[in-house]
Amino acid sequence: MMDFQEILSVEEWTALKLRALYASQGYRQYKMRKFEQYDLYVQNKDFLLDESVITFTDTDGRLMALKPDVTLSIIKNSRDEDGPQKVYYYENVYRVAKGTRTFKEIMQVGVECFGGGEETLEETLSLAAKSLDEISPNNLLEVSHLGVISGVLEACGLTGGAKQQAFAALGEKNTQALTAVCKKEGLDEKKSALVIALVGVCGSVEEVLGELDKFAVDEKTTSAVVRFKATLSALQKAGVTAKMRVDFSLVGNTNYYSGLSFKGFVEGVPTSVLAGGEYNNLMKKMKRNLRAIGFAVYLDGLGKMAEEV
Amino acid sequence: MKKIINVALPKGRLGEKVYDLFERAGFPCPSIKEPNRKLVFENAEVGVRYFWVKPSDVAIYVERGAADIGVAGKDILLEYTPDVYELLDLQMGKCWMAVAAKAGFQDDRNRTLTVATKFANIAKQHYFAQGRDVDIVHLNGSIELAPILGLSDVIVDIVETGATLKENKLEVVEKFVDISARLIANKSSFQFNREKIEEIRAGLAKQTEK
Repeated sequence: MMDFQEILSVEEWTALKLRALYASQGYRQYKMRKFEQYDLYVQNKDFLLDESVITFTDTDGRLMALKPDVTLSIIKNSRDEDGPQKVYYYENVYRVAKGTRTFKEIMQVGVECFGGGEETLEETLSLAAKSLDEISPNNLLEVSHLGVISGVLEACGLTGGAKQQAFAALGEKNTQALTAVCKKEGLDEKKSALVIALVGVCGSVEEVLGELDKFAVDEKTTSAVVRFKATLSALQKAGVTAKMRVDFSLVGNTNYYSGLSFKGFVEGVPTSVLAGGEYNNLMKKMKRNLRAIGFAVYLDGLGKMAEEV
Repeated sequence: MKKIINVALPKGRLGEKVYDLFERAGFPCPSIKEPNRKLVFENAEVGVRYFWVKPSDVAIYVERGAADIGVAGKDILLEYTPDVYELLDLQMGKCWMAVAAKAGFQDDRNRTLTVATKFANIAKQHYFAQGRDVDIVHLNGSIELAPILGLSDVIVDIVETGATLKENKLEVVEKFVDISARLIANKSSFQFNREKIEEIRAGLAKQTEK
């Protein structure tokens, strides 16, 4: 038989392995057109990482766009009546690469789950971990919970601009900047200590599980902490936490994600190769009642890994 | 084999002071002080490799993973907003980002303000927050010349002592951000080398608190 691995690039080979993995786990492939009506992105531009979209006018005069994102299209074409759905996709998206002013075609593989229960969260995280294993054995999955973080900041009186500043400082693991925000907003010692303790949440699932209770300070945070702990405990029971790290500096795109949020890294690639989380807010905004979680694998960075090996 | 942490240091006077801090924190590399033109210095024993790069490039080396950690000025971090962790304020190279103009300058809000600067993003954000209409002139050096020759109304630049401004008959209108050297880390490298990087951070923190 022909050795396909020899012929294919790392990106292509990984994409094939991931598609096989998702199909074997009962995910249905979701195929779509390259184009989408531009309206979809204008209405949801907060959810895009970058507002730039390649547009063109179709022969019937409609303004069309080359997809900068796949999730929005999948949600748009889903219906609550169809009940729980598990799909995977393998598509090109068109985005402006950071630091440049040029568009880039990015190959993306990902999964989306609509309408599942709590067990879907563990299942998706396990699948993310397995996806990373397909890419490289030297990987880590960073897990965070925006419900807990956002709840703690609000419970301590940080809202609006101050909350955004706190999120930014937390994302940089910048204890000094976070301390400055607390001071500027006049938080008392106890509240400041709690906010700053968020930076300290960084370790294995075992290490962090015991620390989370201190963030249950009101009804909202308690419910978020209980949910997060339940997910982590279930993962622990399933024995898939060896390469997981709980890290609250992962704050991601808070417009997009609401609860669980995660990012995958492989050694030798300087940026994350996998990103995902729960996006119930986005579902609500698009008038869907189902809960949703998903992730995408960015294949364009993997060439670097091959060079290092 | 022990993993060696790659450290990007800013070339120049500040970089030498930063290296001394690393040395005192327990990560020395004596060969760096030998008079030569080498750019890479390694001490496998303590697990660090230093290299000198242009100060404004440190953030790029770290963001792209060529260096695991590095030391960059807050001005560079604000201007280029690299996706990195900012682990520690080293309390060195302290100065301000400031607006300066010819002595006696009065801002006329009825017209567009022309601003000359090396830091176009920082200047844009500063004036955007005030709802001020500005025309940004991006220059690469000798910014002080711009208001003198009428190229701009004001400048946005780093001010340490204000001596250069004074000599050119300019004065500070407003200081708006504190700048100093920061320890930054690549987000992926940090995950894989957390203990070692935390050890370096803690060592440096102890020195800066003194």
